[in-house]
Amino acid sequence: MNIPSQLKYSKSHEWVEILADGSARVGLTDHAQDALGDLVFVNLPQAGDPVAAGEVLGDVESVKAVSDVYSPVSGTVAEINETLLDAPETINQDPYGAWFIRVENPEVPGDLLTAEEYEAFLATEG
Amino acid sequence: MKLIFEKSVEGRSCSILPPCDVPAAELPTALARDKAPDLPRLCENDISRHYTQLARRTRGVNGGFYPLGSCTMKYNPKVNEVAAALPGFTDVHPLQPAHTVQGCLEVLALAEQYLCEITGMDAMTFQPAAGAHGEYTGLLLIKAYHEHRGDAARTKIIVPDSAHGTNPASAAMAGFSVVNVPSAPNGCVDLEKLREAVGPDTAGLMLTNPNTVGLFDENILEITRIIHEAGGLNYYDGANLNAVMGVARPGDMGFDVVHLNLHKTFSTPHGGGGPGSGPVGCKELLRPFLPKESVAQGPDGYALEDQPCSVGRVKEFYGNFLVVVKALAYIITLGREGIPQAAKHAVLNANYMMECLKDLYDMAYDARCMHEFVMDLGRLKGETGVSAMDIAKGLLDNGIHPPTMYFPLIVHEALMVEPTETESKETIDEAVEVLRRLYSQAQEDPESLHQAPVTTVVRRLDEVGAARHPKLIFPQ
Amino acid sequence: MGSYLPHTPEERAAMLQKVGCSTLEELFAGLPEEVVLRRPLNIPEGQAELAVRRRMEELAAKNTVFPAVFRGAGAYRHYIPAIVGSVTSKEDFVTAYTPYQAEISQGVLQSIFEYQTMICRLTGMDVSNASIYDGASAAGEAAAMCRERNRTKMLVSAAAHPHVIETLRTYCHGAGAPLEVVPARDGRTDLEALRDMMGPDVAGVYLAQPNYYGLLEDAEEAARIAHEGGAKFVMGVNPIAAAILKTPADCGADVAVGEGQPLGMPLSFGGPYLGFMACKAAMTRRLPGRIVGETTDVEGKRAYVLTLQAREQHIRREKASSNVCSNQALCALTASVYMAAMGPDGIQEAARQSMAKAHYLAEGLGKISGFGLRHEGPFFHEFVTGCPVDPEKLMSALEAKGILGGLPLPEGGILWCATEMNTKAQMDLVIETAKEVAGA
Repeated sequence: MNIPSQLKYSKSHEWVEILADGSARVGLTDHAQDALGDLVFVNLPQAGDPVAAGEVLGDVESVKAVSDVYSPVSGTVAEINETLLDAPETINQDPYGAWFIRVENPEVPGDLLTAEEYEAFLATEG
Repeated sequence: MKLIFEKSVEGRSCSILPPCDVPAAELPTALARDKAPDLPRLCENDISRHYTQLARRTRGVNGGFYPLGSCTMKYNPKVNEVAAALPGFTDVHPLQPAHTVQGCLEVLALAEQYLCEITGMDAMTFQPAAGAHGEYTGLLLIKAYHEHRGDAARTKIIVPDSAHGTNPASAAMAGFSVVNVPSAPNGCVDLEKLREAVGPDTAGLMLTNPNTVGLFDENILEITRIIHEAGGLNYYDGANLNAVMGVARPGDMGFDVVHLNLHKTFSTPHGGGGPGSGPVGCKELLRPFLPKESVAQGPDGYALEDQPCSVGRVKEFYGNFLVVVKALAYIITLGREGIPQAAKHAVLNANYMMECLKDLYDMAYDARCMHEFVMDLGRLKGETGVSAMDIAKGLLDNGIHPPTMYFPLIVHEALMVEPTETESKETIDEAVEVLRRLYSQAQEDPESLHQAPVTTVVRRLDEVGAARHPKLIFPQ
Repeated sequence: MGSYLPHTPEERAAMLQKVGCSTLEELFAGLPEEVVLRRPLNIPEGQAELAVRRRMEELAAKNTVFPAVFRGAGAYRHYIPAIVGSVTSKEDFVTAYTPYQAEISQGVLQSIFEYQTMICRLTGMDVSNASIYDGASAAGEAAAMCRERNRTKMLVSAAAHPHVIETLRTYCHGAGAPLEVVPARDGRTDLEALRDMMGPDVAGVYLAQPNYYGLLEDAEEAARIAHEGGAKFVMGVNPIAAAILKTPADCGADVAVGEGQPLGMPLSFGGPYLGFMACKAAMTRRLPGRIVGETTDVEGKRAYVLTLQAREQHIRREKASSNVCSNQALCALTASVYMAAMGPDGIQEAARQSMAKAHYLAEGLGKISGFGLRHEGPFFHEFVTGCPVDPEKLMSALEAKGILGGLPLPEGGILWCATEMNTKAQMDLVIETAKEVAGA
């Protein structure tokens, strides 16, 4: 399972990447995409929408299921990754490249996991 | 095979209409379309053969055993079809004066009378066109009831986690928020969890009984009492009424409003996905809120009248009338003895089939079932890698329509089997033999089941591709 | 009693023994005593087929079947080609369930795919669903498609069918969304009033073409007003009229809906009919109900399957935008066969003849004092006239001649309809009778 060391993780299987300008990109982990199977659609918020840590930011659909995606950070959506709307398979192919949203002035909760902690968490979740 | 558009030949047509016997009327150019709709150009023989080919690629109850759980795929009697095709029913305009439609109104009145007796309700509307439409209508009645009493705080509908997806979806459409309550390990309502869930915000509960795992909830009176004491109303989803019609009545179980699926319990065909009919019955306290235009007996015979606090209209006219005609013919055929006999034989067939399988297949709930039972293929999948889906596809190669797969959601590798009362012992025995053979095949040659079906006109489909890059029409 | 139970007494006994019961009643031993019905149902005894048939024929005979019908108002008597009933009574189509098992349901799936395509070609829209209950519930579902977080209000034209307005009101009330009625002026939607009613909370505008009074509206202008106000435009269309009128797509509709009954379904005292729904590609995911898509099987063979299912209630549950499950599949098949039999020219001919006959009748009636046309401007196959006497008097006189006259409206006047089914001789008889009743 791929868990890049420079990212932070939530227990609901999202990752956060802090960019050089201080904003944050959010996506789904490799573990999550593997568990969800082939994704066929993603519902994203709109630029300008507020997001709050632990609350639903959108959802992803497979053929037979839909799963909520939670925001690991609070802030305002600066940008959404529109390429996912046409090519949801990118999430399966490249989970850490396939960011969902970029959040401006993110408030990053202190209890997000490091890569090692997330790996340990996955082991306990079985 | 080719699409109908690919069979179209420029210059070909059917000759349907004679020449017009009055002068043409002129349509202003600004309002006219620039060219005719690009419909196929075919002669009648082309059309006849095209649809005969499509019919051959379609599986109906007439084609064989169809034990699709929760759908009650019983035999669809032909006399019902004959009755519904009578010109005295088909060629009647819905807005004809009442004195010219006394037969239609009597059909609705009789169906109401009989179905109220079967369900223990006091009044019924036939406007809803399908089960989910009935749920929506029934919930509107509950909403109107609370609103009318000035109790605006009742905004929540309680739904068990084993419920069909339409229940929570209908509640949301009717403006309620949904409280999901988990089932107890025995598949029935967890009374403690239910008590915790109710309160002054409870508008009502939606329940099927027998429930979606095929069990009659023995705490039903306690369940409906908990809701009533909390000030809520009880909604009965009639999807599974076939197990108990004439044996036990929702009205006697504490339910205030029910919907029926005439296309399940009362033998009207499913038509490849409709038209169904989802009449809603209710106790006296909800009658004033029924949708517009119910049938009443007046001084000059039957007439249509509006209830004083009607929720309004959920559909044009009076519902899927011809479907009601078919259901009425069925009720008249079976009558007072035949209705409970049908239920009892539905339960017998399900228990018999379960008994013939349970030494091999794990039953999700090892108890006497009602009209259907749920097999849990979790162990088989763990041992062999063969899933509920694989067994279902294996059945296709054996000429049997698979049971409902992966429902209810609380059983992970679920196959839900509902044989219905119109299947003979030898049909069930044959299906049992096939299922037992597939179980062995799963142990010996799991790969062959991953490959199934191999005898159908197409094999397993790329559903992911279909959803990622939808092609929903044939391009011009 | 009549019965469809196959078991012989011996078989029943063997099966009961297998499950460990001695009687059928024992199967219900787990039911609480208090809920078991201890008396026979209070319904008549069962009957054999011939008796049932007689009973049903007796009921049907209590209705009047009018040889000539000049009443529409949402249910239209058009000619139904013989091939339609022949196809739609095929048992495989009639008795199949929703095509969940695609491998053995390619026939019904392909027929729905073809239906979706035909509806799109008729309306000019990009995507169609597999059908919904009827035209009124289609309007209700379309309103839900238009709703956004901050835009929830629906505007409906007062010139739409009253059942559509009432159904929309119910659906919007259920969802807690406001509904306002745009007034009509001279039988048509008052577009100035519509302009004034637009606001940042308006999600969608519904307009019928032709409208309830048969009149043709300026749908393009209505669409422009809706779009300028940031709302979606929903167009309710009569599918026969749609064969000759500017398409909803060309008028600027975001969603096209309608009552599909004229496409080969008999009047049937109001149902089953067919709700058709089609939309622009951008709104595909908001379209409720079943949708069939093309795909391939593992061997690369073209095939069809229910798709985009994650929108639907069985997956999204309380978050689904609609609860629809069963639809009107066999009625959609009926419409497909009708459209195939009529073809592009035939369906246009049905539309032109309906329109021509309505105009002939309107002209004849309009010449009688007191029967003048209520509204000016273009109309399709319905129109409203005055009536100088109690309309019931005229209706009775027509009924005596086997004619179902137009619909007397609560606000006064009569709403007439003609289709290709009405002959010149029938219309002359209506005009003659109206003259007699009016004493002209």
